[in-house]
Amino acid sequence: MSAPSYTLPKLPYAYDALEPHISAQIMELHHSKHHQTYITNLNAALKSQAEAVHTSDITVQVSLQQGIKFNAGGHINHSLFWQNLAPASSSDAKSSAAPQLLKQIKATWGDEDKFRDAFKAALLGIQGSGWGWLIKVETGKEERLAIVTTKDQDPIVGKGETPIFGVDMWEHAYYLQYLNGKAAYVENIWNVINWKTAEERFLGSRADAFKILKASI
Amino acid sequence: MNSTLLRSTALRSALRTAAPKSAARAGIAGTTFVRGKATLPDLPYDYGALEPAVSGQIMELHHSKHHQTYVTSLNNFSEQLAEAQHKEDIQSQIALQPLINFHGGGHINHTLFWENLAPTSQGGGEPPSGQLSKAINDSYGSLDAFKEKFNTALAGIQGSGWAWLVQDTQTGNIQIKTYANQDPVVGQFRPILGIDAWEHAYYLQYQNRKAEYFKAIWEVVNWKAAEKRFQ
Ligand SMILES: [Fe+2]
Ligand SMILES: [Fe+2]
Repeated sequence: MSAPSYTLPKLPYAYDALEPHISAQIMELHHSKHHQTYITNLNAALKSQAEAVHTSDITVQVSLQQGIKFNAGGHINHSLFWQNLAPASSSDAKSSAAPQLLKQIKATWGDEDKFRDAFKAALLGIQGSGWGWLIKVETGKEERLAIVTTKDQDPIVGKGETPIFGVDMWEHAYYLQYLNGKAAYVENIWNVINWKTAEERFLGSRADAFKILKASI
Repeated sequence: MNSTLLRSTALRSALRTAAPKSAARAGIAGTTFVRGKATLPDLPYDYGALEPAVSGQIMELHHSKHHQTYVTSLNNFSEQLAEAQHKEDIQSQIALQPLINFHGGGHINHTLFWENLAPTSQGGGEPPSGQLSKAINDSYGSLDAFKEKFNTALAGIQGSGWAWLVQDTQTGNIQIKTYANQDPVVGQFRPILGIDAWEHAYYLQYQNRKAEYFKAIWEVVNWKAAEKRFQ
């Protein structure tokens, strides 16, 4: 009846490394409390699910689905998010660290600024909690980029979809620093986007993007 | 503000402080509709009056910034909707519906919320009496048992939203319901008492410890306002 157990991934930088764009206080709470809570709740739900599978209790299995989706989504999204951020002073935080991706962005949106404007507008259009993502969609031999928003903790798991980078638009992601001024957060986040990671996800497979999520059993 | 939003008595009474300076004018297809600007209602207490349950800083931002933004956006999209109706542009009208729901809902929800809170010096936290008290005891056993159920509902919201004590307009029964984002209590249900579970409602004071906010908020719940909404 063993269920997989997920653990909080270490941040690839210090809590204060994204200042002044994201404060250390936000990063510490966000990583050590919010992300940890998704993992704790996910592990508990997976344990209940394993028991329900073992006892062939289908109604319990179904009733657990929404909680698993929410908490697993929270774990997936935040794990990807930490990796797709980098200190502003790092060369990874320059879009020149993603030459192939940038080429595709320009082919899709005209230029980098137009892409950023479209992404920012998508982020600010989210009603309630959610995320904005740049994703790669593979349809047969074709590969294209798209900006999508997801509600609450819905993860990017659609057929052929690979997340390139995401921005957390829950209020806990910015409120202590930006208060109701989410437009400023949406502006400043560009200083700490990890374009090197973005390039790797763009060139790699879906499995590569998600490899950080391997559970310990 | 669209007149259909004001159909329920509870809402009309809650929104009276924000009564639009309405001007009736002939609408399309021979119907009349009322157009007026929604306005931010004054709080019936000071920003600091709900401390220590809710900090003055939270109240000020929540009322003067968040609620104001819903009001401003509602007026903006209502105007666009009237324009689209005038032009008989159905596509635009449909595209505007979610925005009216969100910002109109934000305006309605917060207006009701400010009213169903009160400083302890003005009756905040005093238990309900009369018919509402009886209905709560009949349905939940006791006020404490009700609060526990309500807090469980609040804690179970995945993302932003509200929990409401509502009254079923068909049966008269009360129940606890959660609503996503700014979805307002309309239709079959009448709002009696609502608690904002968006992070902006508590984060500056409670951060991730939202259970503490849900516990503390009952110290400033204005049951008198809830009783007036209950029929
Ligand atoms: Fe988050
Ligand atoms: Fe709110």
